[in-house]
Amino acid sequence: MDALIRSEIFLLMLVLGVFLFGVFLYKKTKITLLQPLLTSMLLLIPFLKWTNIDYDTFYQQTRILNFMLGPSVVALGFVLYEQIGHIKGNVLSILTAVFVGSFVGIVSVVLIAKWLGADALLMSSLAPKSVTTPIAISLAEKSGGVPALTATFVVICGIFGGMVGPVVLRRFGFKSSIAKGLAMGAASHAMGTARALEMGALEGAISGLAIGIMGIMTAFMIPVVEWLF
Amino acid sequence: MIRGSFIILLFYFLGELLSYLLGGFLPGSVIGMILLFLSLFFKLIQPEAVRAVATSITKNMALFFVPAAVGLMVYVDVVSNNFWAIFLGITISTLLTMFTVGFIQERMENRRNRNRNIK
Repeated sequence: MDALIRSEIFLLMLVLGVFLFGVFLYKKTKITLLQPLLTSMLLLIPFLKWTNIDYDTFYQQTRILNFMLGPSVVALGFVLYEQIGHIKGNVLSILTAVFVGSFVGIVSVVLIAKWLGADALLMSSLAPKSVTTPIAISLAEKSGGVPALTATFVVICGIFGGMVGPVVLRRFGFKSSIAKGLAMGAASHAMGTARALEMGALEGAISGLAIGIMGIMTAFMIPVVEWLF
Repeated sequence: MIRGSFIILLFYFLGELLSYLLGGFLPGSVIGMILLFLSLFFKLIQPEAVRAVATSITKNMALFFVPAAVGLMVYVDVVSNNFWAIFLGITISTLLTMFTVGFIQERMENRRNRNRNIK
């Protein structure tokens, strides 16, 4: 029985089932905080503790899901291509805005965390927080951070930005749909995009584009920032 | 489906290869994404060849993060010991990023529109 609970079949089935339940819960309640990823973590971690399955076993048995992160990042190239029509005449401003935003994002989170006593491991895990999870995880791995921590930080960043973003952008007085969509996607990746879509189709599309550009910019920027500090 | 999967894996592999040759500066998957984008843009690949696979694996990407995210169970202490550094770092930095990106885009857009009106 114990072997069965630790099997690849059971654990994979469990992850898919829990995730589906998370999606159901999110769609039913429409509460931004109830991200399926968060629900899955909150259900799976107590289950693993309760059944005495250590994390290494769980990770080994479900590693096919983790492998899929790579191909899904590559596939984002297609998503980016699909949205290319929206940026006519805005290429320079979009690239400049995301470039500076990426720098500000990394430097500010690293400096604040350092000031409040974080160590190098934590800072490397925090640096890619504004980037979509699969890219963030590979960046954290590269720069000596902890992928599990980064995954959590990315979710926190996404939930926070998604929740406050639309209100904050209105307060700042931004009028341009492109500026609003770009800010949502660059600061809070897919969760920012989900909220940007509620603001309008153009905001949503630009926000999706911002996820990809932010990912690429941040990948280049992190080694630079590490070198600077 | 097989052709699409092959193309995605091919670009992933090329990305990893380039990443290796460049000394690991960028993750292979990110390089693969850039290469796929460029190949589509310069029409070396038909979008239809990858559409089905690419949309299906990007649609529910959050599922693929679950194994990594559950790893948090190993780091509960790190998070609780550094709660404020993490919480304030993320929230303030997210707001700053949002403001910077929106501000620059809005400014540059306005300036361009003004120039167009003058002409």
